[in-house]
Amino acid sequence: MADKTTQIVIAGFGGQGIVLTGNIIARACVMEDKHVAGMISYGVEMRGGTANATVVISDSEIASPFVSKPDVAIILNQPSLDKFESQIAKNGIVILNSSMITRDVEREDLDVVHVEAAEIARWLGNARVANVVALGAFIAKTGILKTRSIDKAIEQLFAKKKAALITINKKALVEGIKAVTKSN
Amino acid sequence: MSEAAIQAGCRFFAGYPITPQNEVPEYMSRRMPEVGGVFVQAESELAAISMIFGASATGTRCMTSSSSPGISLKQEGISYIAAGELPCVIANMQRGGPGLGNIRASQADYYQAVKGGGHGDYRLIVLAPATLPELYKLTQNAFDYADYYRIPVMILGDGILAQMAEPVELTPYKPILKIPKKDYILDGCQGREPRVIKTLMLNPTDALVTHNINMQKKHEKITADLQLVENYMTEDAEVVIAAYGMTARVAKGAIQIARDKGLKVGLIRPITVWPFPDKAMMEVAKTVRKFLVVEMSNGQFIDDVKLAIQCSKPVEFQGIGGGWYPSVEGILEKIEEIYK
Amino acid sequence: MEFCRKETQKDVRTHYCPGCGHGIAHRLVAEVLEELDVRGKTIGTAPVGCAVLLYNYFNCDIIECAHGRSPAVATAIKRIQPDKVVFTYQGDGDLAAIGMGETIHAANRGEDITVIFINNAIYGMTGGQMAPTTLLGQSSTTSEAGRGNNQEGPPIKVCELLSNLDGVTYLERVAVSTARDTIKAKKAIKRAFLNQIEGRGFSLVEVLSMCPTDWKLTPVQGLDFVNTEMKTVFPLGIFKEKDGR
Repeated sequence: MADKTTQIVIAGFGGQGIVLTGNIIARACVMEDKHVAGMISYGVEMRGGTANATVVISDSEIASPFVSKPDVAIILNQPSLDKFESQIAKNGIVILNSSMITRDVEREDLDVVHVEAAEIARWLGNARVANVVALGAFIAKTGILKTRSIDKAIEQLFAKKKAALITINKKALVEGIKAVTKSN
Repeated sequence: MSEAAIQAGCRFFAGYPITPQNEVPEYMSRRMPEVGGVFVQAESELAAISMIFGASATGTRCMTSSSSPGISLKQEGISYIAAGELPCVIANMQRGGPGLGNIRASQADYYQAVKGGGHGDYRLIVLAPATLPELYKLTQNAFDYADYYRIPVMILGDGILAQMAEPVELTPYKPILKIPKKDYILDGCQGREPRVIKTLMLNPTDALVTHNINMQKKHEKITADLQLVENYMTEDAEVVIAAYGMTARVAKGAIQIARDKGLKVGLIRPITVWPFPDKAMMEVAKTVRKFLVVEMSNGQFIDDVKLAIQCSKPVEFQGIGGGWYPSVEGILEKIEEIYK
Repeated sequence: MEFCRKETQKDVRTHYCPGCGHGIAHRLVAEVLEELDVRGKTIGTAPVGCAVLLYNYFNCDIIECAHGRSPAVATAIKRIQPDKVVFTYQGDGDLAAIGMGETIHAANRGEDITVIFINNAIYGMTGGQMAPTTLLGQSSTTSEAGRGNNQEGPPIKVCELLSNLDGVTYLERVAVSTARDTIKAKKAIKRAFLNQIEGRGFSLVEVLSMCPTDWKLTPVQGLDFVNTEMKTVFPLGIFKEKDGR
């Protein structure tokens, strides 16, 4: 995926750490000297059950920061799958939090990765790190960002107020990566 | 933007909550006390801009921010600040209108921004950044322009620019203009003659006429000094898109794809929308076959493009109103349609 | 009373009508600023209304504000320069109609400013329209049959209204329609400025004043109107006094 622009959407319920996931990716990009632009969806959609953040990553300057056809979708709940399935780019990648999504992906061109993110998070001891498990699956699958950059981004973002959460988030990342490498 | 203002020496901020710009007053309420500045949450947009009027009269670098409906309310104070020839910075993160509209991005306040906005014959310097690094830089420069010309400066952004995230290097402020000594400020007349900041000029009967002539001279000077513009792939372009702010960014995306398809398309992006970069526009008009104007409104910015090129080339239009933004695909489709 | 013009007041003829109270109120404010020796660090705000040309009469820094916005402008000036003396001079339309929001909120924030509020129960400069403080039954060019006959509501009593706000330090209503009242008025104005100098917070002095021209009365009848009619509706006295914020 080098030397090109990648559009990413992260979608789920409000409270699943959607914006935080976007922020971690953005920070990791800065560390790897990639160009990045992020946006959160706000407005009526937020009240309709899903929240989403979009991120554009590129090796060159980013023109449009809008994501219209995401190359990668990190989908954390069922309504988000319903909403985004049709928008994902042809042959795009979907990371599914399958602990919370019961139906199958209908499109046949998509490359789907099932991760029991919520289940793994609970097993780790904090249901709220499901987003980072999914993030781990994302980097393992796409190779867009290095584990070390994500680790660092987590350290920076949690350093101020929630330093206690750094360890469990790093563990969640590792488990997410493992989940993908295992299934391959 | 808030940190850029602080770095540029902004030490007074007054604002009123309105989406999508609440992050600015929230940041300022934390940051101002740290740098010995003053933050006031005003009871209304009218009060907020009046506080800016007062703050500027003391010679303090000051700023307010709002979004479309709030900016309409501020027009009273902006007219007074312009009349008093006081510097300040006003940010408008435009949202959909008219009325309460919606809270999506828009560029529908263009006329209001570039024609003065309130009552009377005056202009604001209007800066239209397209990226967050540019917003950071222009916010710092805005304070210099405001002080140098003694004029209110507006930063014309939109709901997307206000809500998006992008890495910005927080470089320290470097003045770009030498600011004349502020000999108008009100700090008590100890040891000097009393000063008055007037906004009413009844006597002699031609005082207001003279004041207006002087303001027009200032506007002419700014128009000669300050036409900022970005040309992108215009040298060999047959079709040039004219767009500003966020729209221009999306247009760039479309241009990159069009170029891959062999279409010679470029972009001219005014960074100052007042003064409008007439010269650069005219220069492009000499070589290009036609223009395509794209804006998040239904035909405001296009007027200035047509005036700038004196209708010397055909101008096609793609406008989107109601707080919806253009897409790379939509612009590309339009390019292909008109390129023939 | 010996008449000697002070340094704070300019030696010019005012544009005020015969029998108008503004001249007296100006003089009182100027004398107080002089006695407190603060002219050199004073910034005043001019309102919209008859006193809009305040700077022609006061020999200190003045800023001319939009209608009703003086308290917001004064807020900024004082917050930035807490060592200066900042006062607003506002009429009833300016302070209690179009600027009521600014008035209430500056008062409630306890801004350390002095407000001189001239209540003459009428819009003077625009030609005698009904003010928020016009009395019930009082005729104006927009309430010819007398206020109250067309759902105008009763007059707003500013001191009483503001006295409910915890942030306010000092409120007093005075008049300039008799010599005795005028002496009291000066005391109140002085106290309001002293409060500010000593950092005690928001002070407002409401001055019942004459507008015989728009009341369609002679100057002498104008004094009687204040003494008999206005004082009945707007009783004089202190409505709030606190030691500080």
